[in-house]
Amino acid sequence: MDKELLAQGENLMRICNSCRYCEGFCAVWRAMEYRREFPAGDLNYLANLCHDCQECYYACQYAPPHEWDINPPLTFARMRTRSYEQYAWPAPLAAAFRSNGAVAALVTALACVLFQFGVVIFQGISALSTPVPGGDFYQVASHGALVTVFGLAALFSLAALAVGFVRFCRDIGETPFDLFSPSNLKVTLAETLRLDYLDNAGWGCSYPGEESSSLRRWLHHLTFYGFLLCFAATSVAAVYAYVFGWPAPYDYLSLPVVLGTLGGIGLLVGPAGLLILKRRRNREITDAGQIGMDTAFLALLLLASATGLLLLVARETYAMGTLLVVHLGVVMGLFLTFPYGKFVHGIYRFAAIAKFALERKRKQVLGA
Amino acid sequence: MDQELSAGTDVLVIGGGAAALSAAIAAREKGARVILLECSPKHFRGGNSRHTRNMRLAHETQFAPYTGAYPEAEMWENYLKATGGEGDLELAKMVVGGSSSILAWMQTHGVRFQPALAGTLHLGRTNAWFLGGGKAMVNALFRSAERLGVQVRYDAEVVGLDVRAGRFRSAAVRIEGKTVCVPAQAVVVAAGGFQSNLAWLRQAWGPAADNFLIRGAPFDTGTLLKLLLDHGAESVGDPTQAHMVPIDARSPKFDGGIVTRLDCVTLGIVVNKNGERYYDEGEDFWPMRYAIWGRLVAQQPDQISYVFIDSKTLDRFMPSVFPPVEGRTIAEVAEKFNLPVDKVVATVEEFNRAVRPGTFDHTIQDDCRTEGLTPSKSHWALRIDEPPFYGYPLRPGLTFTYYGVKIDRNAAVIFKDGRPAANIFAAGEIMAGNILPKGYIGGIGLVIGNVFGRIAGEQAAVLSRGAERKAAV
Repeated sequence: MDKELLAQGENLMRICNSCRYCEGFCAVWRAMEYRREFPAGDLNYLANLCHDCQECYYACQYAPPHEWDINPPLTFARMRTRSYEQYAWPAPLAAAFRSNGAVAALVTALACVLFQFGVVIFQGISALSTPVPGGDFYQVASHGALVTVFGLAALFSLAALAVGFVRFCRDIGETPFDLFSPSNLKVTLAETLRLDYLDNAGWGCSYPGEESSSLRRWLHHLTFYGFLLCFAATSVAAVYAYVFGWPAPYDYLSLPVVLGTLGGIGLLVGPAGLLILKRRRNREITDAGQIGMDTAFLALLLLASATGLLLLVARETYAMGTLLVVHLGVVMGLFLTFPYGKFVHGIYRFAAIAKFALERKRKQVLGA
Repeated sequence: MDQELSAGTDVLVIGGGAAALSAAIAAREKGARVILLECSPKHFRGGNSRHTRNMRLAHETQFAPYTGAYPEAEMWENYLKATGGEGDLELAKMVVGGSSSILAWMQTHGVRFQPALAGTLHLGRTNAWFLGGGKAMVNALFRSAERLGVQVRYDAEVVGLDVRAGRFRSAAVRIEGKTVCVPAQAVVVAAGGFQSNLAWLRQAWGPAADNFLIRGAPFDTGTLLKLLLDHGAESVGDPTQAHMVPIDARSPKFDGGIVTRLDCVTLGIVVNKNGERYYDEGEDFWPMRYAIWGRLVAQQPDQISYVFIDSKTLDRFMPSVFPPVEGRTIAEVAEKFNLPVDKVVATVEEFNRAVRPGTFDHTIQDDCRTEGLTPSKSHWALRIDEPPFYGYPLRPGLTFTYYGVKIDRNAAVIFKDGRPAANIFAAGEIMAGNILPKGYIGGIGLVIGNVFGRIAGEQAAVLSRGAERKAAV
């Protein structure tokens, strides 16, 4: 993290720790009270523990235009992005966080073009516009090719995410084994899956404006669980194909399609809603340098879902070939930018929540 | 906007803190049209209320967010003890009695509460704490007021009151570079004390006032208090009475708020600029004594003092907003403060020699004390002998003034001839001196503001609707 931002973070925490009016809001403030010093690793931990609910900003008597210019959501947002860069592997790709919108768009566009070339070269140009009975998309892009290409992309992304995760754990001074011991994992999962720290005891968060609302939390739920359902759909389809030998495509009422459709709807409504809220949010608390990254991730999720659902309803028409190419390109863009975009917030925040659960337990042990 | 203002209203509320908001909401809920004028910009709205964090409220049983029951009788005893019973006891009874209804009233208007903050657990039984502090409370009340239809104007400074024969006609308001006359059937003045008026402070305190730091925003200039007094309102209290605490001398002149306080006086020793101790630092628990220490520092030469501690105690109090001045020896710290080094060293040595062995416990009045030392340190006296040594400079931090206007039980302002004003009401710090001529118990200021704010708002609404009916006939 650069020195200036580090100093800003330390200053923020020193002032906040001598005030503590916000301690009822979220985990950050209680975690802050466990400390008197704030070295870089601790600041990274707190910044990633911050869910950006923005309640503290409106409650703060030192918020701008006060001369102390206390703006926790903005400072934490900046520190978070810097921390993403710090943990990125391979290191040169950290630059992708800086102009993330452009990078994600380029990668996705490139993936679309390459898929198109692939289809044209291996299946001929007519494959892009010829209806296939039953909507069998493997006649446009072969099963083997898809498994190979996406398998490699997924492996690369997983490796990059894993390295980032290990680096984050090391930076905040914890081992993955401590963070995810069965008992700690249980607490962490519950707090993460419920999005407790966007909830504020049922009031929600000050987003997009001052008044507390639960809208953002519900839209995040739609996005997150939509994503999980799509993942489940793909997993079930894989089991169908490899275990039972039932090849795709599947009926509209089959389990993979139902799961995928439900997930797709979540991924339409959730990201669309979040994008709309984002446009209305308070600029005083917005890290302008991060808008591209936030937008790119939501837009890719939205596009992946929209193209996927279109592909489903148009799979027996002449548009199937083109839709497939676009859908595959978008999904590939999403896969490849997972480790270099907004997606990583989920990884680091989950680990930060785990550390907070661990810290609470240690405090209890000390107190007893 | 000018036209909307100059068209006038039923009830005009002057001020933007909790008392003003309570009055505006109460008046609006009684059916009056209400305009609220806040002299500060929107970002600094709320006066001193934005720096608060809790209210002391009586409750006969335990329920959330309290940790225990706090009967009215006990709150009354606390009040009498803190003020020596010198306030207007009839009004004080209304405050204590009215306090039990405030939690629900606030919650109805969107204010959220939480259990007591860390480091203040001793107040968890008696006081209800705002989730997010006073500014969050102020935000909620503004939102509620506007939703009910109260018209709010910021950067609207009242510069004159037209009062004839004890009757308010209109207020002259500076807004957007113009002066607008705002007529109203009744007015509630809830514009705070004069703690940010440096000239007035100098008048009351002499040149010493130049060294005071003001904990709140620079908008509490007491203009309305002055206007009311000029129109013949009876005053209460003494202009030199104020809530004053020792804060870090490096704090900004205005608006440092809560974080500038230093909670380490009971853990160390305090010397003045001559390097001399002057008061028992361990007389009582800090929450019972911090308001006394503000005055003590104000009475020292140049209104400054220095607290010295060592590394044993550095982590035993709430973290400070400014880092301590550090040195390997007491002399080094004293030198950094430009204090007479030999004298400070001698004072610390003398103190260390007088410390008797005991069992240190900051949570009780322990047996660690000095013997044969003047002034003595009665509790928590530990030798200052483990380097590195630390020091903090202290200045008096002015929270609010007590000097105000006299009111009756309807919150009506009383004139010098003893008669209440027909349609002028006061609430909040501008009249808190009726109940608090001196002394303070934590969290009662907002209670006074809310109880008399609501009374003032309701009375003003009833009056203005009566006037409307008369006009209709």
